[in-house]
Order: sequence, then structure tokens, then C-alpha cells
Amino acid sequence: MKVDNLNQSLQRTALYEMHQSLGARLVPFAGYEMPVQFSGFKEEHLHTREKACVFDISHMGQFFLHGDVAGETLERIIPNYVTNLKQGQQRYSVLLNEHAGIIDDIMITKMDDGLMLVVNAACKDKDWATLQAHFGNELNMECWDDRALIALQGPTAAQTMASLNIDCSDLRFLNAKKITVNNATCYISRSGYTGEDGFEISIPNDDAENFYKQLIACDDVIPAGLGARDTLRLEAGLSLYGHELNEEITPLEAGLNWIVPKQRLAEATFLGSNVLKEQFESGVTLQRAGLLVEARVPAREGNFLFDIDHNQVGEVSSGSFSPCLNQPIAMAYIVKQFLQSDAELFVEVRQKQYPVKITPLPFVPHRYYY
Amino acid sequence: MSERKYSQDHEWVEIDNDGNATVGISDFAQKELGDVVYIELPELEREVTQDEEVAVIESVKTASDVKIPISGTIIEVNEVLNDSPELINSAAETDGWIIKMTPTDPTQLDDLMDAADYADFTSK
Repeated sequence: MKVDNLNQSLQRTALYEMHQSLGARLVPFAGYEMPVQFSGFKEEHLHTREKACVFDISHMGQFFLHGDVAGETLERIIPNYVTNLKQGQQRYSVLLNEHAGIIDDIMITKMDDGLMLVVNAACKDKDWATLQAHFGNELNMECWDDRALIALQGPTAAQTMASLNIDCSDLRFLNAKKITVNNATCYISRSGYTGEDGFEISIPNDDAENFYKQLIACDDVIPAGLGARDTLRLEAGLSLYGHELNEEITPLEAGLNWIVPKQRLAEATFLGSNVLKEQFESGVTLQRAGLLVEARVPAREGNFLFDIDHNQVGEVSSGSFSPCLNQPIAMAYIVKQFLQSDAELFVEVRQKQYPVKITPLPFVPHRYYY
Repeated sequence: MSERKYSQDHEWVEIDNDGNATVGISDFAQKELGDVVYIELPELEREVTQDEEVAVIESVKTASDVKIPISGTIIEVNEVLNDSPELINSAAETDGWIIKMTPTDPTQLDDLMDAADYADFTSK
């Protein structure tokens, strides 16, 4: 058995002491000392599907791009539109390099004085450098290190917010607003990374602990860690940067065609658009897909997929055990011709092969509030 | 039965009355692993040497190797774990044992920790 040791040079979020006092197991993650679990992966996972869990996601980067021109400027390095976002509207996107590889996947929210971006913790520095390199002279950008980010996820999340007199009844999925909570200015969006209804709340660091305490004091709410967050997003078929997404993978290979509008491809004015245009016309070789493993053994990242003739046809990008389906599930990059076929495929785990079945994503239906 | 001994790799071993040894992982280790979902058990009659990887425990989080704390021959595996891997979480040091073996050199146990030393080791 290997047991993790914590490195002393890790950063901590505003909720670090809170996690410690709740007995969380803390692990290094993207340069932060983060809670991987509180009561247990499975319990936290199932609780999020049944009621609601609160997650500290303050390690993620929160950027703000000021000014009216932020949208058209940002559109130079992302594949979808943001200039048509209405006030409070949120959209999923990716920052692209010149080969249409994904620098990061991000959430963009239109606020009255600019665009708010939420980016992955591990990509924070390179995202900031990318934005600076492209727009440093044109845009006034801020990195909100003084803010925490808290996610409340699950079917009873809206009830919980209402019980704290935080009115979110006017918010639908992928909508956001600025609101005052306990005298602090917060940005609340109806969004998340679990496939459930829920909210992500940007709150000043100084007010984060108090708000977190209020949430876990609510009936039906328990704290959850990054372990449950990972299995929840996997069941929801959502990509994780560094696993399904990286700088060598394009949005079309990642199956994110819905963030590449045809008109944007026709205009071809964004970084990497020529690569995407060609890929769109000639088709991709590999594509992301969902897999059910027809055995008890979980397939893990890096395990290879084979056809019945032992030809390698793909590789697992994320894999774990699904607490809701009670069987191992995975996402993988597979040679496209096998995606629509009935070909028998196998995953190799520790020199043994197990049958897998390609299955549409998500594994567990989304329950967003539209 | 002999005194239960623990390895630095978080396995426990105990010599039974018939001279054979039972091996499992410690309660501390199961807590670290979290919810166990699958265990890959070794073949019977396999000859193993101290610190060799003999089984794999898959938790929701990750796969971890079980290293054998002493050398010998595997004579039994806990088949119950095939259907109830969660037994590792609920009874790591009792019903959740992993293998039984015939040791080739029982003096190897002398190098392992007793319960008090192990408790001290894991509290560091």
C-alpha cells in the first residue's frame, strides 16, 4: 500500500482550517492542499445525487476581463461566440492554441462590467500568460485571488439556498447574477460539474468560512471532496483537463462539436480555426467515447483498448467505479470507425483483457434546471 | 497463533496454529484507500518472495499493490472478496484477510513491527 505524504510548499484555500476541523483527508492537488474526502467517496457521491453536497473549489482560477470589448477580443482564441451572451448568461468554452489544441476548458459569464472566467487550477498560470500574451495591451484583466469558490450540488441545492434566504429562483442552468450574501458581494451561477442541479458561488475569502458553515448546517447538506467530484463528473460524461483534454486534443476530437458553431468555422477568424475547419470536413481519427466495463475491475487512465484481433484501437483517459451504476465506467479515445460499429472491444488491465461496451454519454442522465 | 506483525507497507501477517500464515492489509491502510471495489487475487501454489506484489486492491480512487511481507507459497485466497470486496473496508484485519501461505522462512517475521510499533509508525 502506498500512503500519500503532504508536501509543505502547497497553497491552501480560505477553507483549509474548516476542512481540517471536519476531519477531511487532505491531498496535494494542482499545487493546493485539498480535501479529497470527508465521510467517504461513495457516501459523498450518492449524497450529491440524492440530496446536496458542498465542495470547496477555490483552487480554481477566477479571472475578470473588464470592458465592452472583452467578448470580441476573447473570441480570437476560443471557438464559440461570447459577444452574443446576454447579461448573466454563462457558456462553456476552451482556450485554443494555433493547432486548435486545448490550452484549458473554461466557463465564461457575461456580467455588466465585463466577462468573468473560471479556469482549471492546474492551468491558472498558463491561462493567465496566454491571455496576457494575446490581450495584455488591450484588456484590463484581474485575477481574483481574494475570492473563494464554493459549489453546492444536488437535487435539493435550490431548496437549501432558499432556506438561507438567498433568492436563486430566477436563475436557470447556465445563468448567473451578482448578489449580496451576509453583506458580501457574491457571484452565483446555476452550474456545476456533477450533472446535477446546483450552484457555484464566488465569495470573498474572508466570508467563505462563515458561508460554508451555514451550508453544512442545513439539513440534507454534507461536505464532499474532490474524490466524489471526480466520479460524479465521470458519470455525467464531463471531460477533465489533463485527462480527456490537453494541448494535443482538439474540441472536435473531444466530442465538443457543440462549442464549435459552423458559422464560426466558416468565418475562420479564431486561432486554430483552419485546423478545425479541415478536421470538420475530413473527419477526426480518434474520438472521445464512454465505456462500460463488463467486469468488476475498473479500467484506469492509460489502459489500452483492443479489438478481437488484438489490434490496439484506443486508450482510456479516465476510469473509475460508478457508485450509481455499481460497475466500472470509463471515458476513452477510440478510433472513430469503432464507435458506431458492433465490434467487440476489450480493455487490458494488468495483462488481462476484459470486454467493454461503448455507451452514449452521460452514463447518468443530467438533471439541470432549465 | 503467533503475534500479529505489520509491514511498513501496511500489510499484516500472522502464523496460524498449523504453521501457515494469513496475510491482509491493516485497518489503517483500508481507511487510506477508501471504498474498495475490486480485488485481484493471486493464483494458488504461486511461490512468492518477501515484498513481491501478490494482489491488487482497487478502490474508487486508485489501484494499490499488496506486497507479501514474508516469502512462501500461496495455499488459499479469500474468495469471498470476489463478491464482497467491501469486506476489506469493514473487516480488514479479520474476515477481510487476503491470502493464506506456507512460509519458507518464519524468522522473516522478526523484522516486522508489532502492533504497538505499527501504531507508532502510522501516527507519524
